[in-house]
Amino acid sequence: MAHESSYVPGNAIEKWIDDRLPIIRWSKEHLIDYPTPKNLNYWWTFGAILAFMLGVQIVTGIVLAMHYTPHVDLAFDSVEHIRRDVNGGRIIQAVHATGASMFFFAVYIHMARNLFYGSYKAPREILWILGVLLFVLMVTTAFMGYVLPWGQMSFWAATVITNILGAVPVVGEPILQLLRGGFAVDNATLNRFFSLHYLLPFIIAAVVGLHIWALHVPGNNNPVGVEVKSNRDTVPFHPYYTMKDLFAVIVFCIPFAYFVYFAPDILGHPDNYIMADSQVTPAHIVPEWYFLPFYAILRAIDFNILFIDSKLGGVIFFAGALLVLFFVPWLDTSKVRSGAFRPVFKWFYALFIINFILLTWLGAQDAANPVYNAMAKICTAYYFVYFLVVLPLLGRFEVPKALPPSISEPVLKSGASAH
Amino acid sequence: MNKIKSILGAMAIGLAALATPVMAAGEAVEIHKQPWTFAGLFGTYDENQLQRGFKVFKDVCATCHSARLLAFRNLSEKGGPGYTEDQVKALAASYQIADPDAEGGRRPGIPADRWPSPFASDAEARAANGGSLPPDLSVMAKARGVSTPFPYWIWNYISAYSEAGPDYIHALLTGYETSVPEGVHGSDGQPLQLPAGKYFNHVFPGHAIGMPPPLSDGLIAYDAPEEGVAPVPQTVDQYSRDVSAFLMWVAEPHLVARKEAGLQVLIFLAVFAGLLYMVKRRLWSKVEH
Repeated sequence: MAHESSYVPGNAIEKWIDDRLPIIRWSKEHLIDYPTPKNLNYWWTFGAILAFMLGVQIVTGIVLAMHYTPHVDLAFDSVEHIRRDVNGGRIIQAVHATGASMFFFAVYIHMARNLFYGSYKAPREILWILGVLLFVLMVTTAFMGYVLPWGQMSFWAATVITNILGAVPVVGEPILQLLRGGFAVDNATLNRFFSLHYLLPFIIAAVVGLHIWALHVPGNNNPVGVEVKSNRDTVPFHPYYTMKDLFAVIVFCIPFAYFVYFAPDILGHPDNYIMADSQVTPAHIVPEWYFLPFYAILRAIDFNILFIDSKLGGVIFFAGALLVLFFVPWLDTSKVRSGAFRPVFKWFYALFIINFILLTWLGAQDAANPVYNAMAKICTAYYFVYFLVVLPLLGRFEVPKALPPSISEPVLKSGASAH
Repeated sequence: MNKIKSILGAMAIGLAALATPVMAAGEAVEIHKQPWTFAGLFGTYDENQLQRGFKVFKDVCATCHSARLLAFRNLSEKGGPGYTEDQVKALAASYQIADPDAEGGRRPGIPADRWPSPFASDAEARAANGGSLPPDLSVMAKARGVSTPFPYWIWNYISAYSEAGPDYIHALLTGYETSVPEGVHGSDGQPLQLPAGKYFNHVFPGHAIGMPPPLSDGLIAYDAPEEGVAPVPQTVDQYSRDVSAFLMWVAEPHLVARKEAGLQVLIFLAVFAGLLYMVKRRLWSKVEH
């Protein structure tokens, strides 16, 4: 939000610093005074929760890397060594492993909130695109991280997922070999995945910086979807949202801690407690739950489309499911941001959420079952129809409800309601 | 606190005993949830059960299976079977450990040593077991699962169900039949024919397991109980139960400390969240929103 800086250096030293590197001024503007719409609901706390989770993953990850050995013969036992013999290791390891799931849970909520409140619409397109980029980076990082414990699922997920690249014509095969460091998933793969798994979170952190920068230029969207008109519509970020976000983070930590301390393995797969063995294929190769919707889309394409065989077709749809997100700001033609004022959109949106949950479930089911197979095809179709047909057309035909003139207007009319 | 814990623990066991049927992965065989003392938020290991389970492990399992991540010293650590350090020292010394630096390549064990493997190599283990490799038991209790049909698995998340491994091991050890029961078919749809050297097991995927039934009633003599205490039955079911509990401890030696810390963390988070909520309300009460 363009606003006047209210910072006045308090003493000579602050003045001296401010003339050279105005970092205190910057902090005051962006961490304290940043004017935030006063009607944000709890769906908006997931941004802070995600920042917190990134911090948790980086800190626990750095400690884990001190004890972990990226070698096919030693990796499995070194993770067990962390859990058995390193001080606090069982908690740090469980926080990191469970944290990945919590991180994805939060990012899915964060994205679903944006899709409902139209937060990707002008002037926040770059903010949204950076967000999708962050999601893709997270997916890549989590996938590589899952390979590191070198259990059966680690190994076979790495084999199956890297194989996807091999389906790409011409360049697929060389890229696949480069990624694996050989013709099969082996020690070289483990080493480069460890290296990249350590690198990517810092790239994520940098993109998060850009993401927040892109947020602070237009300011937050809000549940009403009407731009901030005056400072009557906003409150300073601190203490109003720092305290609300902190509260939300702590509440988020309760189920997080519940899993870490009481069921650290429930979100994983028992097969990953069997050391990787290239000679034994598990009965069912299932990725982590947070990849299941996209895995279901990948598997749903089991038929050839003209000259494109089913394998490449699956890869195209899998990649397309992610790529289509980048174009959402231009696919959605409605001028109204918030789904709350779009009576028809609401239904398509609800169906999209149910559809996505169904895809998650289907990703874990037996693909050979004809019922599940048909369901996966229908769900995949709706995923794309929602973005490529519903969003572009709805903006032309839907009659939105009347928007309030400002954020404060509905608030003042209905009286104060506690959020 | 201990009393509350044991009451709640007993309640948890009672609830768990309402055995929800669960399915073995890929097989239509029911595996029943067993009442484990280490289940639930207040779960702890039963020292006596771990000691009995250790006896079964040492005398039966360990003759073919390795447990390379288990160290002798673990046996005297807090939250485990509760042996004294001297007992563990004596136990370790009764084993010969392969050590290339020792004279003759072997030396008596010390508490820091890992549990010695019964075979020098996988090839040797296969040769002695009809071609099958007895898997390492270090994390076996977490390497086996049971899949619960929808919607019952939702309850698994709420109840923090983490005992699928011991449930599976118990079901496996009690799931042997002397011959293939009628109506069991192989993957080709024909009545199942056991290959030579394989045994029928209800739970094992494909039903043909290389491990002969390892337990039989009265096989292991448990220590006589103290006066006035009912003796522990020396049956296959009880042996299986005890060794499953022991293998869970081998896989999760710090489970008790973890759960105790977890309770403190949850209480702290709940109180902290409550306080923060009041701060937030107080703060926002001045804002019309």
